[in-house]
Amino acid sequence: MTRTTQETQEHLFALAGNPNCGKTTLFNAITGARQHVGNYPGITVEKKEGLYALNGRQIRLVDLPGTYSLTAYSLEELVARDFLVHERPEVVINIVDASNLDRNLYLTLQLLELGVPVVVALNMIDVAEGRGVRINAEELSRRLGVPVVPTVARRGEGKDAVIRAAVDVARSGVRWQPLRISYGPDVDPVLADMEKIIEGSGFLTDLYPARWTALKYLEEDEQVKKKGREKDPTVSEMLEAMAAKVTEHIQKTLDSYPEAIIADHRYGFIAALLKDGVLEQRFKGNRLHLSDQIDRVLTNRFFGPIIMVAVLYGVYEITFTYSELPVQWFEAAFAALSRWAEGVLPEGPLRSLVVSGIIDGVGGVMGFVPLIFFMFLAIAFLEDTGYLARAAYMLDRVFRLFGLHGNSFMAFIISGGIAGGCAVPGVMATRTLRTSRERLATLLTAPFMNCGAKVPVLAMLIAAFFTENRAQMLFLLTLLAWVFALGLAKVIRVTILRGPSSPFLLELPPYRIPTFKGLMIHTWERIWQYVRKAGTIIVAISVLLWALMTYPGLSAEDKNRFDEARHAVMESLSPDDRALLETDEGAGAAVQEARHRLKDIARQEATAALRSSFAGRIGTALERVTRWCGFDWRTNVALVGGFAAKEVIISTLGTAYSLGELDAEESTSLSQRLRQDPHWNPLVAFAAMVFIMLYSPCFVTVTCIIKESGSWKWGVFSMAFNTTVAFVVATAVYQGGRLLGLG
Amino acid sequence: MPTVLLRHMEPKQHGVIVKVTATGELGRRIRDMGLVPGTPIQVQGRAPLKDPVAVRVRQFTLTLRNNEADHIFVDVEESP
Repeated sequence: MTRTTQETQEHLFALAGNPNCGKTTLFNAITGARQHVGNYPGITVEKKEGLYALNGRQIRLVDLPGTYSLTAYSLEELVARDFLVHERPEVVINIVDASNLDRNLYLTLQLLELGVPVVVALNMIDVAEGRGVRINAEELSRRLGVPVVPTVARRGEGKDAVIRAAVDVARSGVRWQPLRISYGPDVDPVLADMEKIIEGSGFLTDLYPARWTALKYLEEDEQVKKKGREKDPTVSEMLEAMAAKVTEHIQKTLDSYPEAIIADHRYGFIAALLKDGVLEQRFKGNRLHLSDQIDRVLTNRFFGPIIMVAVLYGVYEITFTYSELPVQWFEAAFAALSRWAEGVLPEGPLRSLVVSGIIDGVGGVMGFVPLIFFMFLAIAFLEDTGYLARAAYMLDRVFRLFGLHGNSFMAFIISGGIAGGCAVPGVMATRTLRTSRERLATLLTAPFMNCGAKVPVLAMLIAAFFTENRAQMLFLLTLLAWVFALGLAKVIRVTILRGPSSPFLLELPPYRIPTFKGLMIHTWERIWQYVRKAGTIIVAISVLLWALMTYPGLSAEDKNRFDEARHAVMESLSPDDRALLETDEGAGAAVQEARHRLKDIARQEATAALRSSFAGRIGTALERVTRWCGFDWRTNVALVGGFAAKEVIISTLGTAYSLGELDAEESTSLSQRLRQDPHWNPLVAFAAMVFIMLYSPCFVTVTCIIKESGSWKWGVFSMAFNTTVAFVVATAVYQGGRLLGLG
Repeated sequence: MPTVLLRHMEPKQHGVIVKVTATGELGRRIRDMGLVPGTPIQVQGRAPLKDPVAVRVRQFTLTLRNNEADHIFVDVEESP
């Protein structure tokens, strides 16, 4: 696998480092906008790649996930490790935070033990200086045996020197040369024995250095043990037996574990590395103290929560207020496009497909872009300043009760924790969660919140049946959304996502001012990913839903009936009046009357067409089930339409009740119509509101759930689970209410 | 120097870690963060609901839940 690096003009380098060490900043500084974000195959860990040219050499730089270690416990660590072993980058540029050197070097040691050629970027030397820490980079380089280059990634200082050092290492054609650390008298002898066996049998030596494999057997590394058993069960068993024996011995004599002994010695090695002339603490700096001072207020028992509520409200306001105008621009642009298409294309199925299927679908995709932009900008800002970690720290106790994590709050708030959010960016906001069970539980329950598209539907029903207490009703529904989201998260965490909560152990990084460039790159990546990946699926489903609501259309017989009715109206008019009917001008009572009747016929026809469409048939067939919660075919078909986008419920109900085209913002006529309908009453309305709040997320959200969870399974699950919950709860409300004599 | 559980340390109290009893993933995470015997540790404060706890260890601030802090024994400088 080792290429002859002298001649190659293209190099593959990897970037590794702890979270919060400035790795992403350095990556952005080096590659600028020439980066590509994807996912590692089959999993949700992001894979970032960038290109950089130096003296005619092309450098492909892969940004590995930020990790503290290279164990097999988290997906990020496995990804980083597998990349190093399988892709064999020529050099790993390891970024370490100079102001927090000993913990950062823990990862460096593990890279060196794996044997990969390393160049250390000693980052944030300015911060270290500010804290009175001076580091002798040359001496550190000599002791580690690898180049050490001081950098300040925020200002781009040292980035060229780092790349040059890496190119020099690559050109010198160094081989993988694992570092050997002594692990003391209890571990070293067995390690040596295991190493001999591994080397003698060529056990996994094509992938890992022998000593490294032995260490992993002692550390109980599941991935390596599994690979070992597949490769050679006899050798693997022998190694496992040796590891078990030394584990038992260490437990008896030292009341400890090999893992712990190994970690102790690594930290001991680091301490020795930094002693005597490498790290000099000249004075007690105040940089950290500034962060401590800020924390004294921001995480204060009393002020902390108050400020947090204000900050969360601010995020919400920014996301939804600032995106309003661009959303309107997008809407106006797509409306103009629709009008243009209507003018160009002849009336018929093609026009309907282009206007109602494709343009509306693309418009739907683009309509979310400003929302996602501002949401990610706000989150990136909070994350980069360090506040997000503080909020998670303060809220963890509450969310843990429901089997979630302190970081879950952001997804709930964005999804509509304060009525009127959106589950699409909400689901995407779960990326701030690093642990898988908590993350899945969060992204499955966040869509229960009342998003900005459900609110007008709820408002219409409230206006029709709860005129007296509108505000209280909306508040009650917001509260109910929280109750159901958190309650069902708990249910999910003790059933299908059962398991202990993942360790919390969260670092509170010092407060920092984010760089504008970093924020923009971060946000742009998200939007581009959304448009490219989700966009195509969303447009396809939009066309499918359009077909469902349009075909097969009216039977020839029914069509004739409506044509005849229209004909009859025309016949009743004098020729002059007929001519007047064509124009838009005012006319006598007879013409007015005819116009009215024609409009009426058109509405009846639309209702009949809807009822005979596939969606209408589904709605009618579902009546058998939905009568338990008080819904007829009209409500059912509207709910089917609501899968496209929740506000579609209003326009579909409008068509079903023969009210013609209805705008979500102006639904008074629908409210009045429902109030007069004998089928509707406050109890049915409340059951419907609960159902709308809880049932399947719209398909844009479902698409995002699939993308974020990395599996179709969870998308399908969210549709089935949420709709079942909605049906059960709405039925309980309806039947319970009837028993109590309501409605 | 009395040995206490990290959970029972008072804010601003100093000490030195003497023992970490956690195993498996939690043990690994604790050690990855540099919480190994011999490391000085200071309690910075607690979240508004008394849990998690924030500690200063090496040159950074780390937060962990009380039930995670229960695995960490600390020799404290003086009894509060």
